[in-house]
Amino acid sequence: MPLAALRKRFRAPYVISWIEFLPRRLSTKSHPKDVVLPIMSESLINLRDRIRHGETTARAATESSLDAADTLNDTLNAFLEIDREAALKRADQIDALSHSDKSGLPLAGVPIAIKDNICVQGLQTSCGSRILGPYHPPYNATAIERLLDAGSVIIGKTNCDEFAMGSSNENSAFGPVKNPWDTSRVPGGSSGGSAAVVAAGIVPVALGSDTGGSVRQPASLCGVIGIKPTYGRVSRYGLVAFGSSLDQIGVLAREAKDAAALLQVIAGRDPHDATTAEAPVPDYSASLDKDIAGVRLGVSRALLGEGLNDEVRAAVETAIAAYRDLGAEIVDVDLPHAKYAIAVYYIIATAEASSNLSRYDGVRYGFRAEEAPALRDMYRRTRDEGFGPEVKRRIMLGTYVLSAGYYDAYYLKAQKVRALIRQDFAKAFAKCDAVLTPTAPTPAFLFGEKVDDPLAMYLNDIYTVTANLAGVPGISVPCGLSKDGLPIGLQLLGPYWSEARLLNLAHAYQKSRPLNARPAVHA
Amino acid sequence: MPISEADIEKIAQLAHLEITAEERRIFAPQIAEIVTYVEQLNEIDTSAIEPALGGLTPEGERTESSRPDEVQPCLGQELALDQAPDPAAGFFRVPRVLG
Repeated sequence: MPLAALRKRFRAPYVISWIEFLPRRLSTKSHPKDVVLPIMSESLINLRDRIRHGETTARAATESSLDAADTLNDTLNAFLEIDREAALKRADQIDALSHSDKSGLPLAGVPIAIKDNICVQGLQTSCGSRILGPYHPPYNATAIERLLDAGSVIIGKTNCDEFAMGSSNENSAFGPVKNPWDTSRVPGGSSGGSAAVVAAGIVPVALGSDTGGSVRQPASLCGVIGIKPTYGRVSRYGLVAFGSSLDQIGVLAREAKDAAALLQVIAGRDPHDATTAEAPVPDYSASLDKDIAGVRLGVSRALLGEGLNDEVRAAVETAIAAYRDLGAEIVDVDLPHAKYAIAVYYIIATAEASSNLSRYDGVRYGFRAEEAPALRDMYRRTRDEGFGPEVKRRIMLGTYVLSAGYYDAYYLKAQKVRALIRQDFAKAFAKCDAVLTPTAPTPAFLFGEKVDDPLAMYLNDIYTVTANLAGVPGISVPCGLSKDGLPIGLQLLGPYWSEARLLNLAHAYQKSRPLNARPAVHA
Repeated sequence: MPISEADIEKIAQLAHLEITAEERRIFAPQIAEIVTYVEQLNEIDTSAIEPALGGLTPEGERTESSRPDEVQPCLGQELALDQAPDPAAGFFRVPRVLG
């Protein structure tokens, strides 16, 4: 978009402009249709190979994806922006490449959706918040640069809880995403849009971000694979910061092999993110089919006790038995400090968020409240009008725990217990190759069920936050359906840099126990 | 720890948030409940524990992350100002700072 047009849009009165902005960008239905592919049945790998071999085109795949997005978005509210024109232009560029050039692209012509807190040049980045206005980042996140270099086609930005703070999507300023399995239920959060569009078959894969479970929990509730890599595996450059010591970009996919292909592209050291590690990136696809006989899976009986929904417990017990059938050895492990993880998390994450979100002050970009007489009033009104209630609650909690006289009691204490949680994992991984837990304590819950009780909402993350606190990787794998037909996920947590093993375990499970069901809403 | 509406107002001031009386009334018990919940950490004796700082893995800690102090391409003035709510003559303009 030319700078002048961008500036014009940006200067428009805000409350009107962002409301107008969405429908205009989303109405792309008038385009002629070409070939329609059943994207739902296609894996990233199959689609890419067919495009490479000339059996179909990037344009046909992209149109199919865009058409599904247009058709289903009224129901799902999963996309905040769909850019048909840019996506088709990009697809045509891929199609114009020679056969050998296409063969060198690991994601040749593959349509992909991006959570709206990851910067993509030319598209908006709202973070599900009003405070950013229709912000258009002037640069690409490193993960996005790598996706584009790999030949993928970005079709749009997905809805999420405001600044990735939430477990139900009910904190998006633009209304929640609906769960494709049952639209009266939440898709999980915060990457609910990315999970929903993958589950509904609009795209084979999507990017999300995970600070306390925001990739894995929606993956569980929407019946897809979700992986949060080791801290420092994927660059955070261009991911809007929430809790900087916890945030990682993650992958949502229907199949473990697709997650492997996508993670392969985005993983690795990036000079723009000093926390990315100089650690070798293995070939994730090469080890997918490795026999899992003899792999030791750790199970903590304490984590399968109180507070866990009976159907989830039963599904996880069945999954443990299935792994045993596949030759895995089940060992008991103890994570004695896991029960403190939510308390630790809500100190550290809110403290980091209160600091990170201080940048939204109405000065350099985004929304500014009008008619404030002085600078301080402008800051306060901008933040009052721009942030939703959950973001304010967390900023205040973070400000409180960092305020004079309380630092030692809360923040320092939390960092010490965080060290104990890390030690728990180190001890567990001396006995096993991965720890198996539920991903979420319940299947997808109803809209409104927990919205007035922040603490009850936070407890959704009980199984997922430990991985972020310890920095270890985790994956959620669909492992069954509730009696109401809602997906249930199992979680596997591994030592640092064990993504290849987690994907191998997920792939083995999917091969032997496929979900064999589709969401009610799908392409 | 009990948290009053006056405490909420003080925190909001520190956080540069203007909140309404209604929000104060809702937030005070919610934040008090969350603070009470996180205080369960006091059960644990951490006197001999070194705090975790940041999220780095051992490999991440070993990674050299500084670079030579040389000028590299950056956004530039035009792009940096392009999305400012009120740019003026190459600057970010804000309401008056002093009363």
